[in-house]
Amino acid sequence: MNIRLSRNRINSARIQEAACGLHCIQIKGITVRDGERTILEDINLHIHCGKITAIIGKNGAGKSTLMKAILGEIKHQGSIEFTDLSMQTRSHLKIGYVPQHLNIERNTPMSVYDLFASFISNSPIFLRKNPLVYKRVKEQLAIFEGQELIDMKACDLSGGELQRLLLSIAITPVPNLLLLDEPVSGIDRNGMQLFYKNIEKLKVNFDLAMIIVSHDIEFVRKYADNVILLDQKIIKEGSPQEVLESIEFQEVFG
Amino acid sequence: METIYHMIELVLPFSWVKYDFMKNALLAVLLITPLFGILGTMIVNNRMAFFSDALGHSALTGVAIGTVFGIVNTNISMIAFAVVFAIFLNQIKRRKTVSTDTVISVFASVSVAIGLMILSRGGNFAKYSALLVGDILSIKVNEILLLFVILIITLLFWLWGFNRLLAISVNETLAKSKNINSYLMEDLFSILIAIIVMSSVKWVGILIINALLILPAAASRNMSSNAREYHLFSILISVYSGVAGLIISYYIGTATGPTIVIIAAILFFVTLFLNSLGRKRA
Repeated sequence: MNIRLSRNRINSARIQEAACGLHCIQIKGITVRDGERTILEDINLHIHCGKITAIIGKNGAGKSTLMKAILGEIKHQGSIEFTDLSMQTRSHLKIGYVPQHLNIERNTPMSVYDLFASFISNSPIFLRKNPLVYKRVKEQLAIFEGQELIDMKACDLSGGELQRLLLSIAITPVPNLLLLDEPVSGIDRNGMQLFYKNIEKLKVNFDLAMIIVSHDIEFVRKYADNVILLDQKIIKEGSPQEVLESIEFQEVFG
Repeated sequence: METIYHMIELVLPFSWVKYDFMKNALLAVLLITPLFGILGTMIVNNRMAFFSDALGHSALTGVAIGTVFGIVNTNISMIAFAVVFAIFLNQIKRRKTVSTDTVISVFASVSVAIGLMILSRGGNFAKYSALLVGDILSIKVNEILLLFVILIITLLFWLWGFNRLLAISVNETLAKSKNINSYLMEDLFSILIAIIVMSSVKWVGILIINALLILPAAASRNMSSNAREYHLFSILISVYSGVAGLIISYYIGTATGPTIVIIAAILFFVTLFLNSLGRKRA
C-alpha cells in the first residue's frame, strides 16, 4: 500500500514537470478585418498547458488567419494573456509555430543545419559551421529521430522528414504555446501517423499548450482535448464528441 | 594609393599594368565582383532577380531627376531615387492585390519612361548612353574608395543579417515566431541592393548589371550543397569572371562589362552541364 502510494507520488511529480496545467493562455476578443470585410470576429479561447486544442472549419473559415493573428503577424484587435497560476504572475508568452510547408526551390544550396541555424542562431552560417550550434541542432533534431538529416540538403527532404524538422525548429527553445498547421499534402499515411505520434509525444513530455489547425477528423476525435469549430467566429466549442456530433458540425461538413 | 599601384605592378608583370586607368579598373573589379557575388546568393534565393533588374533600370530616372533639380553629383540623386523606389515597391508588394511580377514590371517601365523622357528632351540623350553599357576604365580614385566603404558595410550587414534573411526566405510566419522582423529585414536588404546597384551601375552598365548579380550565384547553385559552398563559389566565380573579363577586354578591345558577363555566362553553362551529368550518374 505504502509502496503504491509513493509510486503514485513519483508519477504525479513527473507529470507536473512535463505539463503542470498551471499555465493558462487567454485569447480575448480577437477580431481581424480586411477593409470592410470581417475575417474573424470576437474569438475567445482559454487554453491550458498539456492540452491540444484542434481548430476545424471549411476553407476560408479564417483558421490560418487566427494563427497569424495569435503570432502577431497580422493586425488584429483583442489581446492574448499568459498567466502562470502557480505564481499568479503574467509572463511573456513564447510561441512556436509549425507551418504547412516551406518555400524552398529544388537545387537550393541550403543544408538542414543552415536552415535550422538561421532560425535559432546569430552565428553567420555562410562563414562557418559553428560547432556549438551544430551540436544543439543535432540534439534538437534527435528529439524526433532526425539527427541523421543534419547535413542533407533541405530541398531533398521527404514530406515526413520535413515535418520532423519543422517540429524540432518549433520547440527550440520550448515555447509556451505551439501553433501547428497540419500538413495536407506530400505526406503518406505512415508519415501522418508518425506526425500525430510526435504531437502526442510533445504533449506528454513538454510543458506547452498546442493549437492545431486540423483537416483530419479522425485525428481530432482521437487526440484533441478541445475542439473549436470555426467559421469567421466560433460556432461550436467543446470536447471532440460534443463538437463532432453537433448540429453545427453537420451543417458545415454535412 | 601609390603603394597599392606599386604593389599591383610588382605582382602583375603585364604590359597593361603600366596604365593607371587599368590599375583603377582592376581595383574596382576586385571590389565590385565580391560584392555582387555575395549579394547575388540571396537575390537568387529570394527570386528577386526581376526586382534588382528594375532597380538597375531606375538609374536612368535617378540621373534624370538629378538633372532636373540641377544636382551636380548624380550619384546622390540616383541612390536617393533607387532607395525610395525599392521601399515603395516593397510596400505595394505587401498589399498583395496584384502579383509581384506585374507590380515590378509596371513601375520599372514607368520609371524608365520618365527617365528617358527627361533625358531625351532637346535631343541630347547620346550624352547619357554611356550609362547603358558602363565604362569601368573611367573610374576615379575617390569612387574606388566609395566602393570599398560599401563593401565593408555589406560585409557587416551580412554578418549581422544573413541568418535572418535566410529564415525569412524560407517562411515568413515561422521567422515571425522567432521574433525576426521580416519587413525591416526586407527593406534593409532592398536598400542595400539599391545602394550597391546605383554605385556600380556607371561602371558596369544598366543593360548588364543584373547579369553580373545573378550569374555567379546561379552558377554556384549548380555545384553547392550548403550556404558556405554557395558563398565561396559565388564569390570565386564572380571575381574570376571580373578579372578575366577586364584583361581579355583590354587585349581584344571590347567593352569590359559585357566581356565579364560573357565569361560568367560561360561558367554558368559549364556548371549547369556538369551538374546535369552528375545527376544522371546519380
